[in-house]
Amino acid sequence: MMQALFQATIEFLKLYWAPLLCGVAIVAILPLIVGYIVLVERKLMADMQARLGPMRVGPHGLLQPIADAVKLLIKEDIIPDNADKLVFWLAPVLSVGAALLSIAGLAIGPAFQIAQDINIGILFVVGVSALGIFGIVLGGWASNSHYSLMGALRSSAQLVSYETAAGMALVSALLFTGTLNIKSIVQAQSNEGIWFVMLAPVAFFTYLVASIAETNRAPFDLPEAESELVAGYMTEFSGFRWSLYFLAEYANMIVVASVATTLFLGGWLRPFASVHGRPHLLNFLDFVPTFLMAAVGAYCIARAPKQPTRVQQLFMLAVAGLCNVVGLALLAPVVVSIAKPFYAGVHGGFWFIFKVSLYIYFFMWLRFTIPRYRFDQLMRLGWHFLIPLSIINVLFVGIALIAGSYFHLQGWGLLLVTTPAAVITLCAALLILAAEKGRDKRQEPNAASDFYAG
Amino acid sequence: MLGADELVINMGPQHPSTHGVLRVKLKLDGERVIGSECIIGYLHRGVEKIAENRTYQQFAPYVDRMDYVAAVSSGLGYCEAVEKLLVTEAPPRARVIRTILTELQRIASHLLWLGTHALDIGALTPLFYCFREREEILKIFEKYCGARLTTHAFRIGGLQYEAYDTFEKEVERFCKDFESRIVEYETLLTQNRIWIGRTKGVGILTAADAIAFGVTGPVLRASGVKWDIRKAAPYAAYDQYKFEIPVGTTGDTYDRYLVRMEEMRQSRLICLQAIENIPTGPIMAKVGKVLKPPPGEVYHAIEAPKGEIGYYIVSDGTVMPYRVHIRPPSFINLQAFDRMVRGHLVADVVAIIGTIDIVLGEVDR
Repeated sequence: MMQALFQATIEFLKLYWAPLLCGVAIVAILPLIVGYIVLVERKLMADMQARLGPMRVGPHGLLQPIADAVKLLIKEDIIPDNADKLVFWLAPVLSVGAALLSIAGLAIGPAFQIAQDINIGILFVVGVSALGIFGIVLGGWASNSHYSLMGALRSSAQLVSYETAAGMALVSALLFTGTLNIKSIVQAQSNEGIWFVMLAPVAFFTYLVASIAETNRAPFDLPEAESELVAGYMTEFSGFRWSLYFLAEYANMIVVASVATTLFLGGWLRPFASVHGRPHLLNFLDFVPTFLMAAVGAYCIARAPKQPTRVQQLFMLAVAGLCNVVGLALLAPVVVSIAKPFYAGVHGGFWFIFKVSLYIYFFMWLRFTIPRYRFDQLMRLGWHFLIPLSIINVLFVGIALIAGSYFHLQGWGLLLVTTPAAVITLCAALLILAAEKGRDKRQEPNAASDFYAG
Repeated sequence: MLGADELVINMGPQHPSTHGVLRVKLKLDGERVIGSECIIGYLHRGVEKIAENRTYQQFAPYVDRMDYVAAVSSGLGYCEAVEKLLVTEAPPRARVIRTILTELQRIASHLLWLGTHALDIGALTPLFYCFREREEILKIFEKYCGARLTTHAFRIGGLQYEAYDTFEKEVERFCKDFESRIVEYETLLTQNRIWIGRTKGVGILTAADAIAFGVTGPVLRASGVKWDIRKAAPYAAYDQYKFEIPVGTTGDTYDRYLVRMEEMRQSRLICLQAIENIPTGPIMAKVGKVLKPPPGEVYHAIEAPKGEIGYYIVSDGTVMPYRVHIRPPSFINLQAFDRMVRGHLVADVVAIIGTIDIVLGEVDR
């Protein structure tokens, strides 16, 4: 019996050791990555707000995420007396579980994908990541607090409204590929030689807005709007449980950014990937990763002597060394012939992460720049603008595709039909906005008379 | 728990956006506010009673602790009220310096309002820009009298300290820089669609209502009533300077925002005019070491950043006032809160608390 079990385990491991290893790596490393995304966010925020941000723990606050994590882990774990204990315990786990699980479906470069070749790839990722909302709703419910409940209700309403628009945006990109498999989607963009963001710009924009709303980021961060609901659904959570929610939020950000990268921004493809391997001027792009890493390394070396303590100086130099090693690792597949087979994996990974970072940077930039929507405005934006817009967009992208196949257009040639489609969709958007304005005007007297009601 | 009943939630006294220890009981229908009650007094210190047991000079620092973000203005009101009781006046030089410092204080107070108000509505960044400029003003205060917040800058009868050497230069530099800084805040907010959406039509207070509630300051002016004590009954040196009184039209949150922004510009202009020509001469009137005002009573009000701050002082001829009553603008403006908030959403409640611009130290005294 034991023998058989052992044999079965060995058999299983033989088949699945690579995905398992990747899975363990994701779960182990992701909290660290999230910690550093938070540090980057705080640093960016500080830069935009004329201050320095974390500077105390490590040089330039480089160890701040670790200090924060330790603080959160050793904090007292409080469960309110009247809370539903089981659900209260389960909710954050559910949230973070869904977020981590959906990462399994993503392909970070052609070589790194845990759930290899699921034929419903995108659907799996979007579906599973949407499950995370249960964690939020249940957490808000189980806390037995008004603020939490309101945050949870807002969150669920928001997700339902914006998931539709996001789904429609994804559909209009998927029309070009005819497959849900993530690798095939990127392959399709490689074959066409053009990223879908060019072919379906309106869909990309719609997905961008909807994905901000789905991840509850500013200006759509109403479920946790701190100036209104204290901390929304997280109000009663503290310490480790709270950090699980936090982890889920940032993991979700990575997920939506990855989906957008895969579908619209060419996944792991280098810009102008089609000229790779041929003698072409644009192949200097192969050196960009190395150059970026070397630049960061050089900055660290330049800043090192200015650090106040010896330890911090050494730490800074170590960071510089790490950057340079990574830079060399990125350079090797380009210049050394033995390392050539690793080119796709290594550089694919770099470009994927680079694009995801840009997408997340845009999220952060928005957060520091604009105020927060009100709940009714958010709903109106979703139902009255984004959803109609994305449906119209699907329609016209479909028509453009039919026209494209009629004229046998491919690659950049498809722009001939998709650009008019995008322009028509934008005109429709303007019409929707005008109609909205008309509606507002008609409603205004009503709103005024309703003002003193009650 | 999820019945369709009314939901009563407590906002504060510990809540990120009630600006101190205001507690608001909100009666909600879903997210719509159908009733509200402000519960105050968490910061009550009995300032008016303390006044009865202090000499006139001893009480002056206490008024700084009411509206602690506009201590200079509160101090000016008190000093001028006692001077009126003494039937004396501060010398011209003192009055001009008082005007400059009070207008700087108005800018500082409005900056704090702008930063926190924007933060409540979700714009994180203006706060830091506002604090950057407010810091400049506080540095000027610190150099002038040694304190940044509770300054006690003025004395009954004039000033204790002469303006320091580079005072005029520093005020001028601040005013020159500040012009472009206001533009910076406005690029982030004024034309921002979300900002307009969050503030236009929110918390409308009609002119009639505003007058009925006794509301003063920018809140009153945004409702379209052109009432400013600096023009109506000039004190300090305001009669010498040219400035506009900005007024709004609809009395919503957006109007109040515009009015305060314009007020900062006007304050800047007043400062520039004032430093051009500061008269020379004494800075202290002859009031003597021991103040014994003749028996009688006096009411004196000035235009503080938040509205009319008035002091009603009764003297019985001794060194201590018989009774002091203070009319704090925050307290009286807060009474319009319920009228402004009805029918709006929870998110608007924080916008409206921010737009009234209250300081709980002054509300509770």
